[in-house]
Amino acid sequence: MAPKKSATSSGTTSSSSSTTASASAALSNASSSAAKSASSGAQQIDQVALSLVQHYQKATPQRTKLIDAFMAFLVVVGALQFAYCVLAGNYPFNAFLSGFSATVGQFVLTASLRIQTTEANKSEFPSVSPERAFADYVVGSMILHFFCINFIN
Amino acid sequence: MAVATDASSAPMELLVSVGKNQSTKTLLRVLILCFIAAAAVASRLFSVIRFESIIHEFDPWFNFRATKYLVAHGFYDFWNWFDDRTWHPLGRVTGGTLYPGLMVTSGAIYHALRALTVPVDIRNICVLLAPAFSGLTAFAAYLLTNEMTTSSSAGLLAAAFMGITPGYISRSVAGSYDNEAIAIFLLVYTFYLWIKALKVGSVMWGALCALFYGYMVASWGGYAFITCLIPLHAFVLVCMGRFSNRLYVAYNTWYALGTLASMQIPFVGFAPVSTSEHMPALGIFGFLQLVAFLEYVRSAVPSRQFQTFLYVGLGGVFGVALLGLVGLTTGGYIAPWSGRFYSLWDTSYAKIHIPIIASVSEHQPTAWPAFFFDLNMLIWLFPAGVYMCFQKLEDEHVFVIVYALFGSYFAGVMVRLMLTLTPVVCVAAAIAASQLLDTYLVYKSPVAPEAKEEEVTDGTAKKSKQSALRSTSQPVVGIYTLISKGFIAGAMTLFLLIFVQHCTWVTSNAYSSPSVVLASRMPDGSQHIIDDYREAYQWLRQNTKEDAKIMSWWDYGYQIGGMADRPTLVDNNTWNNTHIATVGKAMSSREEVSYPIMRQHEVDYVLVVFGGLLGYSGDDINKFLWMVRIAEGIWPDEVKERDYFTPRGEYRVDSEASETMKNSLMYKMSYYNYCSLFPPGQAQDRVRGVRLPDQGPVLNTLEEAYTSENWIIRIYKVKDLDNVGRDHALAASFDRGNKKKKAGKKRGPRVLRAE
Repeated sequence: MAPKKSATSSGTTSSSSSTTASASAALSNASSSAAKSASSGAQQIDQVALSLVQHYQKATPQRTKLIDAFMAFLVVVGALQFAYCVLAGNYPFNAFLSGFSATVGQFVLTASLRIQTTEANKSEFPSVSPERAFADYVVGSMILHFFCINFIN
Repeated sequence: MAVATDASSAPMELLVSVGKNQSTKTLLRVLILCFIAAAAVASRLFSVIRFESIIHEFDPWFNFRATKYLVAHGFYDFWNWFDDRTWHPLGRVTGGTLYPGLMVTSGAIYHALRALTVPVDIRNICVLLAPAFSGLTAFAAYLLTNEMTTSSSAGLLAAAFMGITPGYISRSVAGSYDNEAIAIFLLVYTFYLWIKALKVGSVMWGALCALFYGYMVASWGGYAFITCLIPLHAFVLVCMGRFSNRLYVAYNTWYALGTLASMQIPFVGFAPVSTSEHMPALGIFGFLQLVAFLEYVRSAVPSRQFQTFLYVGLGGVFGVALLGLVGLTTGGYIAPWSGRFYSLWDTSYAKIHIPIIASVSEHQPTAWPAFFFDLNMLIWLFPAGVYMCFQKLEDEHVFVIVYALFGSYFAGVMVRLMLTLTPVVCVAAAIAASQLLDTYLVYKSPVAPEAKEEEVTDGTAKKSKQSALRSTSQPVVGIYTLISKGFIAGAMTLFLLIFVQHCTWVTSNAYSSPSVVLASRMPDGSQHIIDDYREAYQWLRQNTKEDAKIMSWWDYGYQIGGMADRPTLVDNNTWNNTHIATVGKAMSSREEVSYPIMRQHEVDYVLVVFGGLLGYSGDDINKFLWMVRIAEGIWPDEVKERDYFTPRGEYRVDSEASETMKNSLMYKMSYYNYCSLFPPGQAQDRVRGVRLPDQGPVLNTLEEAYTSENWIIRIYKVKDLDNVGRDHALAASFDRGNKKKKAGKKRGPRVLRAE
């Protein structure tokens, strides 16, 4: 049950917005639905979440789940860095920026890889085979990390 | 360009006769592109042929000086360059306040050629860099247009237009060694890569786009145009309901990598995350994540559930985002828009608030004839091309439309932004022109619509036309009579020929003057070169101390630094408004006020530009009001613009001029000894067209050091303190042989000597 659980949690965050926005989005979902206090609305949201989770568990291949787990990890790392920046100050701003944009950039690149390798999106990417997608991903990540390391001071 | 159209119609004829020979077509295309590049380079060489291989104008002199420094000292020294020979006594952190792309490019070319044992002078590389890159720009325009249309001639036409249109030539003639020289190529190529990334949806193209974007950021401050245009395009696409995963991949790759790349440049630094100009890109980045997530949810849950999810979710997110933005802006984390940006929205903003920006002529709003002057017939083909983009309306056509709208607006606001409009005008005009030619340059007249389709020569064009016909069932457009065909084709050819002629004429007459060297015609028609600038700068270089500080208005700072190699107080970098205002105050005040200012800044020489003898209108007296205005911005109590006008509100320099005007240092330096050049009563200022008073101004604290042949440049030496402690007015009056009148009472002004 445990691995499944982690997969579901990653599923809700994975395809969501960039690291911080995702947290706030999820939070605001919950809070605003509660605030509206329409019990039916809350129920509907529950239903939505439930069907989302079910759909995810049913329709996602194992490989994509692996990618999702990595993306969840990136979200956590990014959130940690951001929290540190807010709590302890952003003094070496270069270092914070390069660390944070490394996670955001890697997240986005991974999301792109995920989109490109999903079967349902095949028609949108006629010229991008999964192998090509992965090679592109490697190239993009290398450029990203080159800039990050150069910027970190 | 006639060569291109003739040639691009030629392969069609050839194809009709030879058949669909792909290799012939490719060969022809390559040949035509080479010819276009050659034409683009050649048309920019007027200035080298007429004058010599020389760096032009003002900013290029700084770029040239920086390039020489880079070549001499190496990259790391250049990166950390602190320049103490400008902005005396402040200095300038040059390495951190310039866009290094241009210098690094020419430095790399220099070292590459040296490695190939080609002995080449760095100056010649700098002079010829802009023409060389214009050839590449033509190629980039070809690629960009090919993404927009299936017509094979459109790309070639666009390349030809881009190669010779005066709107681009104005900033890229040989010797115009400015950032724009390479930036326009990078601009067009980045846009091409963006379209490519969007169409293919691949990370690689997005990463390439980001890399070229980074290069662009390293080269020109105008990169903000890309930073705003690509998000806008993405936003418009999302609003049109055209969100696709390809857009997601392309945009996010570009933004994540491009932003990091742009932050590598010290001058840009943290701007991408802290200034408002860059916020749209960041906002769209977040927005796309949201939209992508929503798309995923929509595919995952039933539509009814999705609706509730949408309302609740979107409402919450927008609330939080808005609060966050307001909080960050009021908290001061995001800087408000900069002044130059405000002046893009409100054309009179700069005039009121920041005279230093308004004083630059290229920041003025564009006069409408300038559009025709710079783009000629392209300006009326342009709307037609945009209209045709509306007809097809794929993602890439939306880009052209958005670009066209934005580019037109900005080009209307600021003269120099004509440069960013030019590429899209060329692309759109080429689409329109090639459509015309494709329709009218068909061999035989069609007997029936079906037969007409067979006639369409290009294979790809045929296919697309057929599919377009089936899908949209547009009426068949065919031209049957030879007369109308011949007429339209002839007219189009004529227009193209006139366009070439116009471009050549404009380039040769308007844009090829180095402005360092002036040319005039003698009565017998021969050319007469007026070389006062270099004469005076050479004099400075040879006759003054190595570290003699030269005070001049900021326009000439870069030239003095580059040609005379002497420290200056202010230059075209204009980073410190107060320092410029100080110089403005010294120029516009009485001698008694100016002298202490000059002493405090250790000024040795003062340089003014005076066109009165020659009728050279770009001189300092005509710029004088800007000096007054800028000084007034800092010292409103001491310098007042009103005082420089006559009581009737005229700006005059003759005997009617106001007292303040006559006593200002600038006026005195300009007209000092000038009337001695003429018979009594005949002294005349040929720029302002007025007769000057017989009695010229008297200078006490300065002495004339040098005046160039045509009096364009006048250099004055600041006198040292008087040996016996008199003030300068007294000493000068004593030297003239006047009787000393009760010196005891005149002790007051002595305070002025206090440093």
